[in-house]
Amino acid sequence: MGIDWFPLWLSLRVAALSTLISLLAGLWLAWLFASRTFRGKNVLEACITLPLVLPPTVLGYYLLILLGRQSQLGKVYEWIFGQPLVFTWQAAVVAALLHSAPLLIKFSTAAMESVPRRYPKAARSLGASEWKVFWRVSLPLAWSQILAATALAFARSLGDFGITIMLAGNIPGRTQTVSVAIYDAVEGGRGDVARVLVLVISAIALVSLTLANRLGRLSVGKAG
Amino acid sequence: MIDARIRRTFPSRHDSAEFTLDVHLRTAARIAVLFGPSGAGKSLTLESIAGFTTPDDGRILVDDVLFFDAASKLSLSPQQRRGGYVFQSSALFPHMTLRDNLSFAAGSMPRLERRRAVGAMLEQFHLQDVGGRSPAELSGGQRQRGSIARSLLSSPRILLLDEPSSGLDAPLREELYAVLDEVRVAFQIPILLVTHDLDEAMQLGEEMYVLHSGRVVQHGAPGDILDHPATEEVAALLGRFNVFDAEILTMDPAGNCSRLHCTAASGFAFELDGPYFPGHMLGSKLRLGIRADALRVTAYSAHGAAMRLKKLGRRTQTVRAEFEGGIVAEIPGSGLEGGAHNGEWMVRFPPEALRLLK
Repeated sequence: MGIDWFPLWLSLRVAALSTLISLLAGLWLAWLFASRTFRGKNVLEACITLPLVLPPTVLGYYLLILLGRQSQLGKVYEWIFGQPLVFTWQAAVVAALLHSAPLLIKFSTAAMESVPRRYPKAARSLGASEWKVFWRVSLPLAWSQILAATALAFARSLGDFGITIMLAGNIPGRTQTVSVAIYDAVEGGRGDVARVLVLVISAIALVSLTLANRLGRLSVGKAG
Repeated sequence: MIDARIRRTFPSRHDSAEFTLDVHLRTAARIAVLFGPSGAGKSLTLESIAGFTTPDDGRILVDDVLFFDAASKLSLSPQQRRGGYVFQSSALFPHMTLRDNLSFAAGSMPRLERRRAVGAMLEQFHLQDVGGRSPAELSGGQRQRGSIARSLLSSPRILLLDEPSSGLDAPLREELYAVLDEVRVAFQIPILLVTHDLDEAMQLGEEMYVLHSGRVVQHGAPGDILDHPATEEVAALLGRFNVFDAEILTMDPAGNCSRLHCTAASGFAFELDGPYFPGHMLGSKLRLGIRADALRVTAYSAHGAAMRLKKLGRRTQTVRAEFEGGIVAEIPGSGLEGGAHNGEWMVRFPPEALRLLK
């Protein structure tokens, strides 16, 4: 049985990159949601949660409209990078991002909100800048839960199928991620390949979730 | 010097009625106390001064610095105000040692100077031996002293203490009061302290503001307020006050005395001798108050009103005796030993201790 390991490496790479991007965006948005009130906050929060409940095909459709070769954004992307976004591995990153970022943002916001308000307040009244309050007080007090959310987001971004197939397609050796490859193998009657890939991806997900659980239970000793 | 006019309205929501905070503090006292029941707006006042919440209207001036002025749309950030805020439950950062907490506050100093300042502050607050511990490993008293020390390191313009003694037992409270007394002397900044503990207000405050439902209902020296509550509301807030209706039966301006017919709770009536009330006539109806610890209780006496004892509670230093009509006397030590005539005691209301309430 000759197994092509490319889909696995591609999936890991796509998941790592999308997790990194969603972590950066997630930290900022979580800080924004947890510490500020502004007009349209509820609507923005709802928009961010939306991908968790919409069918993948709907999301894929939106992305095709938004980022396809005919769209303004698609044209800008093509102008900057010299190639279209759709049907490339970068499109798979966008798909994974949409699949996992909402989860990370939700959990990170909850983590930030779980930090008692008196700590950032005390830091501010001691003259600490917002930057210092974030890095030295709020983040250290929420980091274990944020890392847990990151592990969870990584596991989830490995598993996207619907958005990936609509936006990045199924091009072996180029855009075929592991979940697409499994579908392909089952369709093509290569049960042995499907079995191996299924086991590997399950193992990776299990490890990520175990890690997430352990991190989630870690918390800094909280004083009175 | 604190001069703060703060006005803020919270619209009614499904779980709470509309609340308006409308207070004016103007005091040169070194330690001023905000006293009142929970929900009176004490903490909200403190948070408005610290800059954690923005009033709808008003002006906050601390010494020479304008923190907030609604008219000119000026509002300094909490960082710029540097109101050293000490929270009810210690807000020492749990992920840092005590020493790191103090260094955090001294962040703007050069490194060497910071180390020296942190060391000196730990010593001043008798914390030099526990600097390496995390807040969770400190006692309640150490945490609270640490919080105050940390605030002082950020060179605050004012020290804002939100019920700092809650959760501390009696000896630790005394220790905290001693610390605050030292701070008052050593640091030239105004201190504003929130409490709902009258003893604490009496012990620490040079000036006291009594808050109720978002308003200042009386202010002045704590002793004066306790002696002369302006209204029945204040008397009730101070506790330990007997409040009842009285009608003037006879009066003698020359002898500065009067005879009063009084009615307390559940219609219990008694007569007593009072002072002359200028401006009131025979038959005038008055609302009177008297401190529970001003009442004198004896088994036999020619003066006073006969009352039946309902309940007796022992405190550490005093006995709390509750009579008919809810009249309460606080008497020192074992003041109620020895029998009473038919279970009735003579309760004397010293005329000079009777207060006319609005």
